[in-house]
Order: sequence, then structure tokens, then C-alpha cells
Amino acid sequence: MGLFSKEGTLKILFFGFVLGIIFWGGFNTALEATNKEAFCISCHEMKNNVYEEYTSTIHYSNRTGVRATCPDCHVPKEWIHKIIRKIQASNEVYHKLLGTIDTREKFEAHRLELAKHEWARMQSTDSRECRNCHDFESMDFDKQEARSANRHEQATEYGWTCIQCHKGIAHELPEGYDPADDTPEAPKESDE
Amino acid sequence: MLNTKKTMAFTHKSLIRKLTLMTLLVLTAVMFSLPAMSVESLRGDDPLNSHSVKVGKYKVKTEEGGYERNFKKQPPLIPHKIDKYRITLKNNGCLKCHSEKAYKKEDAPKVGDSHYITRDGKTLKHISRRRYFCVQCHIPQVDSDPLVENTYENEE
Repeated sequence: MGLFSKEGTLKILFFGFVLGIIFWGGFNTALEATNKEAFCISCHEMKNNVYEEYTSTIHYSNRTGVRATCPDCHVPKEWIHKIIRKIQASNEVYHKLLGTIDTREKFEAHRLELAKHEWARMQSTDSRECRNCHDFESMDFDKQEARSANRHEQATEYGWTCIQCHKGIAHELPEGYDPADDTPEAPKESDE
Repeated sequence: MLNTKKTMAFTHKSLIRKLTLMTLLVLTAVMFSLPAMSVESLRGDDPLNSHSVKVGKYKVKTEEGGYERNFKKQPPLIPHKIDKYRITLKNNGCLKCHSEKAYKKEDAPKVGDSHYITRDGKTLKHISRRRYFCVQCHIPQVDSDPLVENTYENEE
């Protein structure tokens, strides 16, 4: 009845399997717990600044009561992208400990830089998190106002992505940022 | 003689006193009855001790191409919803489309030229601070009947 007997091997395999389930389940549960809005706003930096602003926008309160919570926009859904983002977020924990943005003034001072990070992330993924819900394919341009329909048609034609125009929709825009400098423009039609 | 004069003076005095008292009484009576009787706004009477009339819910109208002006120099009305656009000290949501930089690509009307002139007559590159709060003059319209009848006709 040694450890390396047939029976022992089976025992090890069995316990390994059970432990594996427990550890993986625990890891996943912890990951899910950090992916809840309640976790995001357990820090005052988030609760008093970005969350507060978000509560007055359409992604928080609207006619049909569908909500996009913090992780819906800021954490990718797919596993590999999610893990990468979660590892990056350890930097946020570090700055939480340093107190980099622990007052409104400090937050406002860093706001443009932080916003630029998020805009760049969204642009690099073709606004993947927006497209979890919003899809050009499903958009009925006839139901939009003429001007929005025009702009969306241009966007599909020239390959623009959501975040290029829709900045500051869930949070205030940073001071010193003028969307007019940044929004894409349809190329001038060449004279033929 | 002296005596009668005294009594006359006395009765005169008491008469005046009586009259003042009466006028005061009448005045107070009038004062208290007035608000209930005749002070009423054009929209009707709305006593404080009861619930006011429920205001109907109206949707903001969208008008393709914008509203026509009712008179010369009228600040143009806003032909779309504005609840998504906020005007703060840091940012002005209206200017995202209507500023001198954005209006062409957004195919939106440009802010009036007068809005770039300061009160000292200097012309600026950006909108003048005294014109920054758009909704002080420009307002959207809802789909409702006028609260008060009026006979105004558009100026030609």
C-alpha cells in the first residue's frame, strides 16, 4: 500500500481533481467578486467621482431600466482579455495605496491622463465593450435623427469606432479636452 | 361756554378715534379678503393648502431643419433633445457640434458670429464668456398646447 501503488495513484488523482475544482472555483469566484459594481465603488475615489457622474447618464437610468454597470464597459467579457485587464488593474491597486487620486482636486488633475488611457484602450479594441451591446448591424438608421444617421453612415463607411465620437457619455469630459479637435471628419469628396 | 367747548373738543376727538378704528377694521377686512378674491395669475389660481394641478408629461419635439423664427433677432429655438448635453465650467456639450471647429463636420448650425464678440467689442477665436450658457436664451420646445391663449402673430 505504498504511495506509488496503483491505488495510491488513483487517490492522488482523485484528490488532485477535487482540489483543482475547489481552487479554480475559488479563483473564479474571487474574480467575479472584483467584477461587480459594488466592488468598484467600495473605494471613495470611484464612488465620489466617476460613479457619481455616471448616475445622471443614460447608461445608469433610462426608460426601460437596462443598465450598463462599471465592468460592462471597463472590463472585457472574454476570458483572456479579462485576465490581461485584471493584471493591469494591479497598477490601480498600487496607486490606491499611494493615494494618487484620493481627493477631488488630485483626481481632476489626473483626469485627462486617465481618460486618455481608457480612450486609447477602447480605440485599440474597436470599442469592443461598447459593441457587446451596440452594433452597427442592428442599428436602424431610419429611427435615428437625420444628423446621427448621417454620422453613423460615415462611421461604417470610413471604419470609425464608437469611442472616437462618443467620449464623455458616462462621465464628465476632462478639462482642457475639446471634442471638436478630436472627432473624425469625412474625407472631402474628390473632384471628378 | 368754556365747558361746552371742552366737551365739543372731546367729542370731536372721540369721533376721529372712532373713524380711524373703523377705517382700520375695514382695511384689515379688505386686506384679508383680497388675496382670496382677486389675485390670480394668468394660469389660474393655485392655493397653497391644496395640491397643485399635475403637470402633463410632454416630449421634446425634434424638428428637422430647425424652427422658424417668430421675430427678427429671436434666439433660434433648439429643434432637438438636450438632456444628454451638459454645460459645466469645464465643458459645454452644445459646442461639441455647434462650435466653429465642429459645425462643418457635424453638419450643424454654427454659433452666431455675435457670440464671439466681447462686451468691449473685441472679436475672439472662441466663444465669448458672456455667451457661454446657451440655454439662457436658446430653448427646446415640447409638443403641448399653449397654457394661455394669445394673439401674437409672427413678424414678417
